[in-house]
Amino acid sequence: MSTVDETGAGPIPSAPLLEVDDLFVEFHTRDGVARVLNGVSYRVAAGETLAVLGESGSGKSVTAQTVMGILDTPPGVITGGAVRFHGEDLLTAPDRRRRAVRGSGIAMIFQDALSALNPVFTVGFQIEEQLRVRRGMSRKDARKRAVELLELVKIPNARGRVRQYPHEFSGGMRQRAMIAMSLALDPELLIADEPTTALDVTVQAQIMDLLKEIQVERHMGLILITHDLGVVAEVADRIAVMYAGRIVEQADARSVYRRPGHPYTAALLDSLPRLDQKGTELNTIKGLPPSLLRIPDGCPFHPRCARAQDVCRTEVPPQHRPEPGRLSACHFAEELIADA
Amino acid sequence: MGRYVLRRLLQLVPVFIGTTFLIYWLVWSLPGDPFAGKCGDRPCPDAYIAVMRERFHLDEPLVVQYGRYLWNLLQGDFGETFRGLEVGELISNAYPNTIRLAVVALLIEAVIGLAAGVLTGLRGRGFLDNLTLVSTLFLISLPVFVTGFALQIFFGFELGWIKTTVAKSPAPWEQLIAPGFVLGSLSMAYVTRLTRTSIAENKHADFVRTAVAKGLPQRRVVGVHLLRNSAIPVVTFLGTDLGALMGGAIVTEGIFDIKGIGNLVFDGIIGKDGLIVTGVVTLLVLVYLLSNLLVDLLYAVLDPRIRYD
Repeated sequence: MSTVDETGAGPIPSAPLLEVDDLFVEFHTRDGVARVLNGVSYRVAAGETLAVLGESGSGKSVTAQTVMGILDTPPGVITGGAVRFHGEDLLTAPDRRRRAVRGSGIAMIFQDALSALNPVFTVGFQIEEQLRVRRGMSRKDARKRAVELLELVKIPNARGRVRQYPHEFSGGMRQRAMIAMSLALDPELLIADEPTTALDVTVQAQIMDLLKEIQVERHMGLILITHDLGVVAEVADRIAVMYAGRIVEQADARSVYRRPGHPYTAALLDSLPRLDQKGTELNTIKGLPPSLLRIPDGCPFHPRCARAQDVCRTEVPPQHRPEPGRLSACHFAEELIADA
Repeated sequence: MGRYVLRRLLQLVPVFIGTTFLIYWLVWSLPGDPFAGKCGDRPCPDAYIAVMRERFHLDEPLVVQYGRYLWNLLQGDFGETFRGLEVGELISNAYPNTIRLAVVALLIEAVIGLAAGVLTGLRGRGFLDNLTLVSTLFLISLPVFVTGFALQIFFGFELGWIKTTVAKSPAPWEQLIAPGFVLGSLSMAYVTRLTRTSIAENKHADFVRTAVAKGLPQRRVVGVHLLRNSAIPVVTFLGTDLGALMGGAIVTEGIFDIKGIGNLVFDGIIGKDGLIVTGVVTLLVLVYLLSNLLVDLLYAVLDPRIRYD
């Protein structure tokens, strides 16, 4: 599953920075075993933005947490697969090595910056501690660098702000501070887990612009986890759509929007409010995502799929390439693309 | 912050007056004649009683007596006992022993309680957790005088590891370890449980996950990020407990014969010497009020989200 020909979707600008390969994760809960990830594969190159799209519970955050090594175990159990960073499997690497990669190799920002930042330490302290502990910087140098980082993410009056606590920041400023913190050790890959979900719309746009700008400037890899299709369209090079712990479609952003290769993607795009629909009812996807304790046989999407046939109820559709540069896990991907 | 402290200090005034009056009134309305049995086998001569009642103003209305007491107290005069001893001097001789005992108790409960709490909070369910839960429940349900006598009999009389009574003043630190353990045992159990819950709750907090994601060593994640947040309720508990420990020392001091204020107040009650009781309890009230204020201020230092202006 790991060769370039099979999982490679879309043009890859350079050798992959990160390669998630056939990842399986289960959660052992009181109600039984939830199969949260069922063979997730994707790759990100330097300077590339991959958007991971999906509903809550589709496994997009769990994948990111597994990459980062911050998955809660228990209840989580990694049952298979590999996470390769520069070709080195992090899942089998010793703790020391994993810790060295965190922050400087791969950094992460979270959805809710208020709870993700420690409430009892100043923003400056939380940026500086990485520099002091990991880089052996002096307090003074670390403070200087922290101010620079806050200026980099366009926080006004950074010199004064560095002494303030997270609760003294506004929502947007807090997320900027979080981004500044994630950049402290100059990571090669940044994972942004729904970075704008907790913010209001105008601030969302500013944060996305900032992320994009920093990414281009530093030629960083960026994994953008979101359920907001609007956010994705503007910044993503490639899109991976997740459903019930699987990637159901993966292709470059333009092709996904123009001709979706999976009924789920099509339904998601269809449910976006459009200006020309004014006055009519919004399209929605009927039903709920399946419980991960009991994923349906066959294609996990078939109970909600308008195109479902008998084969969908019995056979899991294999991930295949209906056309160059695109992966889809639908029995009828070719027809879908041709129809569009 | 300055205005807050001032306001809190001003609030102390009515609380102080109210509590001291209550104590004064309660002590002097205890049944029994303070001069019964003071003159050996015979009852005291009437002339003596008249002189004493005159000297201690016992025939004046209670409110006048209290006013006089308060006026003297404000000038630093605690009054004197029926035997003519300065209450202030008695307290200043006894109080250091109680402070020592309370400090030992506080140290024991803080060190053991925090360590056990952190350990079980981090490990989660298991043998150690069960052991801690059962033993703390045991300590919580045992009255202090049972723990005290049990320890005294077992380690003192049976094994001879500790001195059964302290008696010396000032009390030597090393002899206060066993009494300190007895005095602090109940709070130690609470500290353990409080720390355990606090750690277990914060263990999965987002900011701890962030600290791990920053690539910080485990030591630092736990020692700085987790502990700092989890310590907030524990430290405030310890602060309020210092005042409570001094008040609670009366039983422990009785068991181990420590010449502290607990002992003093006990003698005062037995001898119907109202001024001793009032003096000591007033002092305890003051210490309690001040340590509470200190804890509230400490709270703002520990948790920057709390502001008093």
